[in-house]
Amino acid sequence: MKPVRLLGVALLLLAATGCSRLEPWVKPYERENIADPIMAWDRDPVSSSYMRHVYEAREGARGGAGASGGGCGCN
Amino acid sequence: MQLIRRIALFFLLPLTAVAGVLPEDRADLMYHYYDGGGVTIDGPSLLVRKKFAEKYAVSASYYVDMISSASIDVITTASPYDEERTQYGAGFEYLRGKVTYAASFSNSSENDYEADTASLSISQDMFGDLTTVSLFFTRGWDDVTRRGDATFADEIDRRIYGVDVSQVATKNLVLGLSFEAITEEGFLNNPYRQVRYVDPDAALGYSYEAERYPRTRTGNALSARARWYLPYRAAIQADYRFYTDTWDLRSHTAEIAYTHPLDDEWTFDVHYRFNTQNEAEFYSDLFPRQDFQNFLARDKELAAMQSHTLGFGVAYEFKPSWADFLGKAAINLKYDRIRFDYDNFRDLRVTGVAPGTEPLYQFDADVFRLFFSGWF
Repeated sequence: MKPVRLLGVALLLLAATGCSRLEPWVKPYERENIADPIMAWDRDPVSSSYMRHVYEAREGARGGAGASGGGCGCN
Repeated sequence: MQLIRRIALFFLLPLTAVAGVLPEDRADLMYHYYDGGGVTIDGPSLLVRKKFAEKYAVSASYYVDMISSASIDVITTASPYDEERTQYGAGFEYLRGKVTYAASFSNSSENDYEADTASLSISQDMFGDLTTVSLFFTRGWDDVTRRGDATFADEIDRRIYGVDVSQVATKNLVLGLSFEAITEEGFLNNPYRQVRYVDPDAALGYSYEAERYPRTRTGNALSARARWYLPYRAAIQADYRFYTDTWDLRSHTAEIAYTHPLDDEWTFDVHYRFNTQNEAEFYSDLFPRQDFQNFLARDKELAAMQSHTLGFGVAYEFKPSWADFLGKAAINLKYDRIRFDYDNFRDLRVTGVAPGTEPLYQFDADVFRLFFSGWF
């Protein structure tokens, strides 16, 4: 039950924050660095989705990336 | 993975923009090449996205794997083969205020496997646009057949539930946390792969029988990531993923990546990835006898193993004079070297030794991606 209780507390806190407007601690004019293209999580989706497929076909872990669950030439 | 892309592109917004902007119009044409463990796979890939009225976006993708396989499994229990896999995809996104709704569909087809996948996601920016929360659901339907056996046909039903949170922590640091639950039900083993068992009457000391997997598998993946902007305009990223499933397979994956731009034209990437996993509970390299237990696997993907990847990338960005409709373009080359080391999967190309004492298998793979990107 402990995780459930923790989740409940987290939800209550989240609900409480909804009553007062949160001030963003990183102002819009301070976001120059994180808006730089080199800060993108995934700059080249065509390449990164291919690499996920390479790993999923050869390792046991699954990431759930689209239709790559199909055949893979991995036999 | 449109979800991740959308989260990523959130950070590319112009400073004056409010949250909730669709990704840029972009086309990528790629040639990919994989060579490792006796398997060569190459082919083209195309991804195009276009938005309309800043509220709608459509995407289309095309991908081909041309496979030539003489892997260790194939040469020890079957014959080398060639085959082709083709995948088509289409997606649609709708932006309303700070909420993005997305739907996508893809089809993957080869001569003995057909996979349809549909995904829905909803993503919302909140808390002054410092936080992006996304929920997604994917459903997959696979049809499995076996070459040379018209009587065999089976299915897989796949569902993926996921949540992802991306958080701007400081003006130089972004954090990400995601959780996925994946359930699969149906024919989950490979219809060609076999396991081996001790057989004193066989010349090699062992014989083969077909592998048998449970018909259900549920996995959970929890991942965390952080990306820092360094003081001299470069970025470093750390990723970690923990995976566990009902087959008792657990894995830890860690990655560190560094991005270094040079002038406005060049971008260099280097990364290292490490993965380790234990074996599935019904995996064995050599079973003591035939039909030793209900479920039998000798798929090296389910063995205890480690992989190490060292990768490099270089991108050159330019404004093409021969294509006015392109705002900018880039040529990219990425190369990864992957080493796979197995702890309990043995190299059966070695004979003349007692079964179970063959050397452990390992191999290296070279993976290339060469692609052209155009923004229009």
